[in-house]
Formats: sequence, structure tokens, C-alpha cells
Amino acid sequence: MEKVDVIVVGGGLAGLATAYGLARDGVEVMVLERGDYSGAKNVTGGRLYTSLVRDLYPELWEEAPFERTVTRELISMVTEERMATFEIAAAEFGGEHPQSSTVVRARIDRYLADKVAEAGGMVIPKMKVDGLLTEGGAGATGAGDGGAARVIGIRAGDDEIGAGVVVLAEGVLGLLATEAGLRERPAPADTAVGYKEVIELPAGVIEDRWHLAPGEGAAQLFLGSVTDGIMGGGFLYTNADSIALGVVLGMEQLRSREDELESWQLLDRFKAHPAVAPLVAGGETVEYSAHAVAEGGIARVPRLFGDGYLLAGDAAGLSLNALITVRGMDFAIASGYHAAAAIAEALAAGETSAAGLASYERRLRESFVLRDLQTAAGVPALLENRRLFTHYPEAVTELMRDLFTVGPGPARKLSSTGLRGLRRRFMAPATVKDLLSFRRI
Amino acid sequence: MDIDAKLGLDVFKLDSEPHIEIDREVCRTTCVKKVCLTVCPADLYDLDDHGDMTVNWEGCLECGTCLLCCEPRALSWRYPRGEYGVQYRMS
Repeated sequence: MEKVDVIVVGGGLAGLATAYGLARDGVEVMVLERGDYSGAKNVTGGRLYTSLVRDLYPELWEEAPFERTVTRELISMVTEERMATFEIAAAEFGGEHPQSSTVVRARIDRYLADKVAEAGGMVIPKMKVDGLLTEGGAGATGAGDGGAARVIGIRAGDDEIGAGVVVLAEGVLGLLATEAGLRERPAPADTAVGYKEVIELPAGVIEDRWHLAPGEGAAQLFLGSVTDGIMGGGFLYTNADSIALGVVLGMEQLRSREDELESWQLLDRFKAHPAVAPLVAGGETVEYSAHAVAEGGIARVPRLFGDGYLLAGDAAGLSLNALITVRGMDFAIASGYHAAAAIAEALAAGETSAAGLASYERRLRESFVLRDLQTAAGVPALLENRRLFTHYPEAVTELMRDLFTVGPGPARKLSSTGLRGLRRRFMAPATVKDLLSFRRI
Repeated sequence: MDIDAKLGLDVFKLDSEPHIEIDREVCRTTCVKKVCLTVCPADLYDLDDHGDMTVNWEGCLECGTCLLCCEPRALSWRYPRGEYGVQYRMS
């Protein structure tokens, strides 16, 4: 059996970040990617928070193919008839070291795959891993209750390749790790599905519509009728000459609906909303994509390493929906960075057992990855509160409408309209209770 | 824009064998709700004339929604073989 030091399953951001760090340090590493190229199977919203990954592999980001630097953040409350938007443009978001940039995975992942190859790593596309090779543990193959099994390589079709360490960067579904008993399949309550259209618009039109200088971008999130009462929201990100418009729906709430609503219809409804239609007018849809996303937070992060393997990126549940900041790709890159460091150390010490790889988890705990997930530990439970997606968008837009309405009835003082609206919509026991729970964000 | 038109924009490399298979017996006898009919973002699930579930796997976006939502675990769901299936260019 052919053998390499490290096999990385999955050539997405986590896998490529792992491989880059290893290759740079002269470790023999092979990335197996099932798509035609890195990024071919990946879907993002998509914005990458670069602020915290910039210092990891600083040489990679200068020439990376980012779409636009996000300098404008918008959050919109939406009902069938109304939309109220809060917008912040801050110089601090842009500048020489911008906080975040929009990305297209087929571009950014491919760029990083090239960097891995330049650093001496092998990236093999069109190669799907069918199973893990294990020894020890329960049963001959170690499948099922493989807690004690050691991962010693991979199987791809008829080929078997041995490895000192296998990095499972296989994405949110974690099919291989689940099959080998290394983790559980994600539950519907801990996942969502996102799907989107990429709509081409000329760069100048994008800059006019969102008031952007060339190269600058906007990120807009939508809460309310977009998801028809389901936990989730709409999103819009501006790329260089396209926009990504999509919807994210909590999987458990979606699957437990009693009506005939079909998930895919919500995006068309969203596009047709009177306040959204002008944003996409004249654009041509050029791609449609969808993917599951992990939203269970730190409570659902599986065991991160074991004998001969570790999990990185989405496969390790490293993503965070904190309502107005949605992260995952920065965690993927950082987990790959720390995986590479831990593996290099383990290989140098000749100890690739769980004990040898344990520094991976320690590194993640000391980094922003598990620190930020820990800080947001209460968020997933909070997001199950449906009032966030029904009552509040309704209440906020109603109050705003009333403040701006000139009507035939007896005019009321602005302060009285405002206070009446606040009392009526925000001073109920349920909303006061919500206010207390919002402190968890 | 109907869902078939949207899928028509994507690049699919078709494998000769399905990557999703439905255990019709489990599906018919243990599943009441048939959520796969509504959750799939590509609308690939349908009941045939006999009331059996079918999946038009060729248009699969490989998102995993049906796999995660199928409570009776009636699906045998793999990724398509290497180099087959959807190939995104702009997502």
C-alpha cells in the first residue's frame, strides 16, 4: 500500500489551509478533492471575515481573488408589505486591512489549491474518498463503534492509501467520519439549509445601487417574512460583477411544517418582494446552488481528534450564525492552520496517536475559533425563538411606518406615536423575556 | 423562474449510476410526512403513479438536506463518484 505522511480529505478551505501549512513546512501531504477543482462542490453565502485569518499565512491574502471589500452592512426587517433597513457604512470596515470580503468559492478555493501546489503539496481533484481504513476498535473494519479504532488511511475506489494522519475536512455532512463512528450525523435541529442564486449585474450598477466606491461591497441580511416564520433569513452579498441572493432555513422548523410550502419557492417570493425586486432588476441569474450548514454551535462540535485523524472546518461543526454575523470560512481556515501545526509537531515527535495530536484542540481553544464559539454558546437556543422572525420584523416595520405616515385622522405628536407603538408592540411579557434572553448574544 | 430553469443553469456531469437510493419499503411503511417532497431546494422528489417515492438524482445539488431530514433513514445517500455531479463555477 502506498503511504504518505498526511492525507487531507476535501480540498475546501479547511483542507487547503491544512495542506498549505504542512507543505510549507516540508511535510508530505496529499489533498483529495472530489470536484473537478477546489470550490466546485462548495457553496458560501458568501463573505469571509479576513480580519482574524490575515495573520495566519499573511503571504496568501495579498493577491487572493476577493470579490469586494465589505464596507457597508445592512440589516433589513421585512414583512409582506414593508422593509425597514438599518445601514452602517464604517471606514473601519475597509481600509488597508478590511474586516471582511465577499468571495466566490470556485475562485478563492482554486487560488489556494494553486498555492498548496506551489508550496509542494499534492492536490488531486476528481478523487472521491469512499471510506477510511482503520485498525483496532470494534470489528474488523472498525466501523460502527470505532471509538478506539485508529485511522490508518483511506480507500478511494480500488485504491488504498496509507497515511500517518488523515485530516477529515469533508464538509458539514461528515459522511466518512459518521460512517467510521468518529462523530454523529448532524441533527436537523442543529443544521440549516442555505440556497442562492448568483445574479450577474454590471459592476457600475452594483456600485450605484448600494452606494459603493469601486471595489467596495455590501452585505445585507433580511429577517422576517422572507422565511415565512421559519428560523433563518435572507442574504445578499455583492460580488465583483454579480450578487448572491439567497435564503437560509432552519432544518428542523422547515421539516416540521404542516403546509405544502416547498423550500425553494421562498427565494422566488423573496426576489419578488417590492423592496427587493428593484435590487435585482435587470440582473441575469447564472447559477443556482444549495448546501446544508451547521448551526449547532459549540455544544455540537464533535470530538476533534483521535488516533491518526483530526476533523477540521465544517466537518468539525465550526460555524456560527450569530444573527448579524455569520461565520464559518474563517473558522475553516484557522482550524486548518492549527491542524497543520499540530500535525507537524506530532510527526516530528513520531507520535500520531490521539495523545500526539491533542495539541490541535488546545490550539483551537486558545485561538478565536473555539473562543468565539464558546462566547456564542447561548445563541443557537436563542435563534429557536420564532418571534425573532415573525413578531419583531412586524413590530419594527409597523412602528417605522407609523412614524412616517401622514394620514387623514387626527395628527398625533411624533413622541406619542413612538411611545404608543413601543408600548403596544414591545412591552408584553414575552418581549420583556426576550430582551433578557438577548443578552446571550 | 421555475426550478428546472434554475437547475438548467448549473453544470452537471452525469454519472451512470444513482448516488441516492430510496428504500421504498421503509419509505412507504414507516414515513408519514414525506418531508423530502418539500425540503429539497432542487425539488427532486416526487411520488410515482404507485405512490412510491422517486428522486431525480441527476439534478442533485449535493446539499444533504434530504439526508438530514429523512427521519426513517430510508435514503442511501453518497456523494457522486469523483468528477461527477454538480460543478459550481460561481458559488
